Amino acid sequence: MNSHDSKGIPHTTPRQSATFTQDVNSDIRRAAATGIYDIRGGGAKRKVPSFDDLLFMGASISRYPLEGYREKCETSVTIGGLHASNPIELDIPITIAGMSFGALSGPAKEALGRGASAAGTSTTTGDGGMTPEERGHSSKLVYQYLPSRYGMNPNDLRKADAIEIVVGQGAKPGGGGMLLGQKISDRVAEMRNLPKGIDQRSACRHPDWTGPDDLEIKILELREITGWKVPIYVKVAGARPYYDTTLAVKAGADAVVLDGMQGGTAATQDVFIEHVGLPTLAIVRPAVQALQDLGMHRKVQLILSGGIRSGADVAKAMALGADAVAIGTAALIALGDNDPKWESEYNKLGTTAGAYDDWHEGMDPAGITTQDPDLMARFDPIEGGRRLKNYLKVMTLEAQTIARACGKNHLHNLEPEDLVALTMEAAAMARVPLAGTEWYPGKPGTGY
Amino acid sequence: MQTLDLQEIGLREVNATLHAQAENTNQTAWEIVNPKGAHAIACGLDAPIEVTVRGSTGYYCAGMNQQATVNIAGSAGPGTGENIMSGKIVIEGDASQYLGATGHGGMIVVKGNASSRCGISMKGVNIVVQGNIGHMSAFMGQSGNLVVCGDAGDALGDSCYEARFFVRGSVKSLGADCVKKEMRPEHLELLKSLLDEAGIDADPSEFTRYGSARNLYNFDVDNAGAY
Ligand SMILES: Cc1cc2nc3c(=O)[nH]c(=O)nc-3n(C[C@H](O)[C@H](O)[C@H](O)COP(=O)(O)O)c2cc1C
Repeated sequence: MNSHDSKGIPHTTPRQSATFTQDVNSDIRRAAATGIYDIRGGGAKRKVPSFDDLLFMGASISRYPLEGYREKCETSVTIGGLHASNPIELDIPITIAGMSFGALSGPAKEALGRGASAAGTSTTTGDGGMTPEERGHSSKLVYQYLPSRYGMNPNDLRKADAIEIVVGQGAKPGGGGMLLGQKISDRVAEMRNLPKGIDQRSACRHPDWTGPDDLEIKILELREITGWKVPIYVKVAGARPYYDTTLAVKAGADAVVLDGMQGGTAATQDVFIEHVGLPTLAIVRPAVQALQDLGMHRKVQLILSGGIRSGADVAKAMALGADAVAIGTAALIALGDNDPKWESEYNKLGTTAGAYDDWHEGMDPAGITTQDPDLMARFDPIEGGRRLKNYLKVMTLEAQTIARACGKNHLHNLEPEDLVALTMEAAAMARVPLAGTEWYPGKPGTGY
Repeated sequence: MQTLDLQEIGLREVNATLHAQAENTNQTAWEIVNPKGAHAIACGLDAPIEVTVRGSTGYYCAGMNQQATVNIAGSAGPGTGENIMSGKIVIEGDASQYLGATGHGGMIVVKGNASSRCGISMKGVNIVVQGNIGHMSAFMGQSGNLVVCGDAGDALGDSCYEARFFVRGSVKSLGADCVKKEMRPEHLELLKSLLDEAGIDADPSEFTRYGSARNLYNFDVDNAGAY
């Protein structure tokens, strides 16, 4: 580029707009070319206040730490003891979130079961129903009861170790599901009772109940059918966590699963993923507050999800009052999703490792979010299960390391007082002081 | 006949007793008295037994039914027979909304009228209503048959897939992608067998068939207005 024009006047530096960024412009061009909104998998990619904005203080003179490897730091959790005669006993407070068979291949679901079982935790079905390989390889399996009721049947319901009534998902509070035609194999079509190759829209509301009063009756029906044996969870998106938690508990839930906006999805409109819902950091305290106001904290368990990646995230979630967490995206990455070893294939799909999110297209080079037999064959469920087990163990060890440093002999003993925030936003959302101060925005009695 | 008094022994005991009946039970005839509109009566049954509820029921009576025949000698609340897999439910009176929602198989017969969202998201169940049905019935219906001897309300079969609807009277309006279809001999035969099974005397030739135009099966921007 010439630095001066023909008359010798200098050019200004070309300036990109902060409003019309290259990303935005590519979205506009895509929309103009296709006439349909962008659908993708994964969670919110924008930067939002998160657990990264919190730090543990660790021990000091006023608090003493526990000795690593010598003094025990327990990790077990019991979920659903309030109404169920057979609550779920987990060795670690990290569960595998519901991901549909259809979105994931059969072997990927098997691997999730293998890994979770080996690490002493539960896994969860998803839209599309329960597959035998998943039930067979999961020592504790939570059965999702979704608006679409695809594949829902009482025989599978009775095989479940817990039931999760799905009201919403963090990636799309108020949205239904979507499984596009290209992923509808014979097996998926049969389980869902629909013709092969058509787009499957899952409803956003349950077909036979609306509102908290109906939910209470629905829970009663599910308990009657399963003889009051298994816990009933209610999964809600992070939208109005105080009220949703209150209403779920009043309706009789044994556990509340709360999913923030970073939470992954198999396929949703990008605009929905990025612009609806609350960050995971912002939803924990209101939900815990609701449980405390009802006298139900630690009696009804709170399972938090949406962007949980490490033992630090687990410890922070628990310090803010959650009883356990659930992971979706991180589990898929542990299995091999978005691995740079497939980089040349990601490039062929117009993307790069780490950014691949067109899971709905069924062409996953890693063979996880696909129903294509050739791609599926690339994925070994035994190896996948081993990797997931390793990852879950590492997260647990990491959380224990932090808890011991804070002097805690159980992860549940972590508390908000162990935390500080790096930003004003995080301080306000987590209700913990800004680092080096005693204050957070909204702190009672401070007038701000 | 074995009698269970719901007011006396409570819902849990009523359902636990019925659930305890094995495939080969010889106690096949049961009645439940004093239902008084209670919810979740006789849900989750899975044995070839016949249960008669003497009175009206609340939500989800006979929900997820398998094998059993459940007669409701009264009117039935919302979500009756939801997700029915097999067996038969007969309602002497009227049925509230969401009748047979997501039902996979079996048959539901209503002698009176059924309210809105009858057969919503049906996945194989056969529903026969002697009277009328309300709005948004068979919304997203996937498969199975809905037979209406009276009239249908607004938006019948909205966004339906392969479910079939047979209506004798008027249809206030059809939902998105639901259209009138030709009644071929195989449909007349099917309808006759459904009416026979339901024990309803009606002439199949007086009915009109409706079903999916299949225009919304794969997203097309030119149909965006219908989504
Ligand atoms: C591939 C995929 C499929 C999913 N399918 C379902 C589903 O069927 N039902 C559901 O409630 N949530 C579903 N989710 C959401 C997860 O249950 C969970 O809320 C979310 O993944 C948690 O956030 P994370 O991915 O950041 O860990 C899915 C997520 C992914 C990534």
